[in-house]
Amino acid sequence: MKKIAWLKIAGLAVSLSLALTGCGGNNEDNASSAPASSAAGSAAASGGGDTVKVGILHSLSGTMSISEVTVKNSESMAIDEINAKGGVLGKKIVPVIEDGASDWPTFAEKARKLLSEDKVATVFGGWTSASRKAMLPVFEELNGLLWYPVQYEGLESSPNIFYTGATTNQQIVPSVDYLLEQGKKKFFLLGSDYVFPRTANKIIKAQLAAKGGETVAEEYTPLGHTDYTTIIAKIKEAKPDVVYNTLNGDSNVAFFKQLKDANIAAADLTTLSVSIAEEEVKGIGPDFLAGHLVAWNYYQTTDTPENKTFVENFKAKYGADSVTSDPMEAGYTAVYLWAAAVEKAGSFDVDKVKEAAKGIEWNAPEGKVTIDGDNQHIYKTVRIGEIQPDGMIKELWNSGSPVKPDPYLKGYDWAKDLSAGS
Amino acid sequence: MEMWITQLFNGLSVSSILLLIALGLSITFGLMGVINMAHGEFIMIGSYAAYLTQNAFKELPKSMFDTYFLVALPASFLVAFAVGYLLENLLIRHLYGRPLDSLLATWGVGLVLQQIARSIFGAPNVAVNSPSWLNGGLHVMDGIDLPYKRLFILALVSVCLAAMYVYINRSHSGRRMRAVMQNREMAACLGISTRRVDGMTFAIGSGIAGVAGCALTLIGPIGPNIGTYYIVDAFMVVVLGGVGKLVGTVLGALGIGVFNTMFEWWSTASLGKVFVFLCIVAFLQWKPKGLFAVRTRQLD
Repeated sequence: MKKIAWLKIAGLAVSLSLALTGCGGNNEDNASSAPASSAAGSAAASGGGDTVKVGILHSLSGTMSISEVTVKNSESMAIDEINAKGGVLGKKIVPVIEDGASDWPTFAEKARKLLSEDKVATVFGGWTSASRKAMLPVFEELNGLLWYPVQYEGLESSPNIFYTGATTNQQIVPSVDYLLEQGKKKFFLLGSDYVFPRTANKIIKAQLAAKGGETVAEEYTPLGHTDYTTIIAKIKEAKPDVVYNTLNGDSNVAFFKQLKDANIAAADLTTLSVSIAEEEVKGIGPDFLAGHLVAWNYYQTTDTPENKTFVENFKAKYGADSVTSDPMEAGYTAVYLWAAAVEKAGSFDVDKVKEAAKGIEWNAPEGKVTIDGDNQHIYKTVRIGEIQPDGMIKELWNSGSPVKPDPYLKGYDWAKDLSAGS
Repeated sequence: MEMWITQLFNGLSVSSILLLIALGLSITFGLMGVINMAHGEFIMIGSYAAYLTQNAFKELPKSMFDTYFLVALPASFLVAFAVGYLLENLLIRHLYGRPLDSLLATWGVGLVLQQIARSIFGAPNVAVNSPSWLNGGLHVMDGIDLPYKRLFILALVSVCLAAMYVYINRSHSGRRMRAVMQNREMAACLGISTRRVDGMTFAIGSGIAGVAGCALTLIGPIGPNIGTYYIVDAFMVVVLGGVGKLVGTVLGALGIGVFNTMFEWWSTASLGKVFVFLCIVAFLQWKPKGLFAVRTRQLD
């Protein structure tokens, strides 16, 4: 009997370890297949000190992978481009790619690994605010440097993070103003149940209260939620002018498919989304989204010479049917801004790079961006767009010039209580 | 009034999806006593089979495309059936009568299957286009639109349920299946190959999970961990319904689905689920064997 029990345990151990090595093996696959430069990089690494390692940390699996894999791609592309021009400070950049797996503790763990084991000079990564909040203490503790490429809810400013996506006054606040100007007063707030949508909605509610709008309902669903029939029934009941959508990840697929199945088109009810860009439009299917609005700082159609090159190069590298999006552009920009800061500092040292980064300007695909020395965010132009049947986004409105980042919304009277609260 | 009708329909539709997922589970868990944590991955296999069928039809003339779903349904069943049969032969049959071991082993298998899917299809979700005849909804009256997809799933579940009932209660091999599950030794004495019956039973349970996966392509995204979203709810249905009873599974699914939508209507999506689970826990305190307990002579 004893013997059999031991066999049982051994058998289980084998099958479990099989499962686990299955995961591990695949991560390595991801890492080696993604950047063309990694093979060259490892060869160079063995040659001595003419390379510098940087970390790329995104969800390559799980519910967020629909969005984050593409950001990893654009960051890899920026690294390859910089390497082709001779690298930074004469050193070739070698990316170390890790999978955060849509799981916040994993992000913290991988960030720690990148900083203490791989000793990377900087890390580009994260998408959800939850992943950023999980990584933040690690970067502050080990004095690392994180470039975070996605629009977020603001009310944060860490000395160890550069924010190259929009903060609220560069996306959410102007988009709410835009909707109010269009005569849309009754807002239905729908979001995924975590930090970004909840904080964003807190801001929107304060703004609506101050500017004569009305919040008719506020609903949250768990990340990965796929049944929206009840929410859609609630929307019908509340009869809002607009649904302000802060759902993240593939819940959007289910929501928009089911919205259309309930015979609600964009003409009947407009939604404005802040987490749906070209890549997500492709994943959901443009016919489910045509006519709905989005707010970002960059679209594939944005008309600048830099963007033309960016889109062409991206399509050449990742296929003619690949698309570019705002977070991808922000990730791409982050790599260039870091490289520029390193060149200016003449060193990879985190403190020196941070000091040198203040005021750096770069002509990004979205137009000119500038690092704001006050809060390590960047000046960005705001753009509202409408999704077209071909999956591209048509710009309806823009702010004209880059807007100064204001993560704590100090420039807005109605936002006084918000930053105090959190 | 419209709200009540819509919500009742929504509840029914959630129930029907739960039921489709729990049907397969009630066979493997209810009849065979195997806690199959890889059940969600059979759902995933079914979804990807539907995805592949769709891609194959994209090669054909455009006018044919809309018929792909009718091929995808049996294809999903067959692929999941085959994988289930294989798994039973290689692993599960060594674990009969050891529910905890089967739980761990099938959980491992589930992880492996997810990883395989991730390697083949990539980590991001893939898009399955619904056939155009299922787009839109039936306009009953102002404020009430019943999506065709939900109606289709309701019909599909009814067909599966009827087929299962006929198979288990009327067909020759279904009766053998019941015989083996009720008294293995006696059935073996009477010349039934219990080995073969076990294999078939597990494969059928897996095949139905595959059909559920195919149906899920209609309402949401398809990714390597699609199954994990539903597996807990499916176990709840089986446990609430009472292990091993088809009618229990039906009522369990109906109860959870309708209560879930109603609670969600009154509160929020997250809280709704919490309330449902609280109710289930309370109910199981009162009736530990679920809605329908199988009467046995076994001494507990």
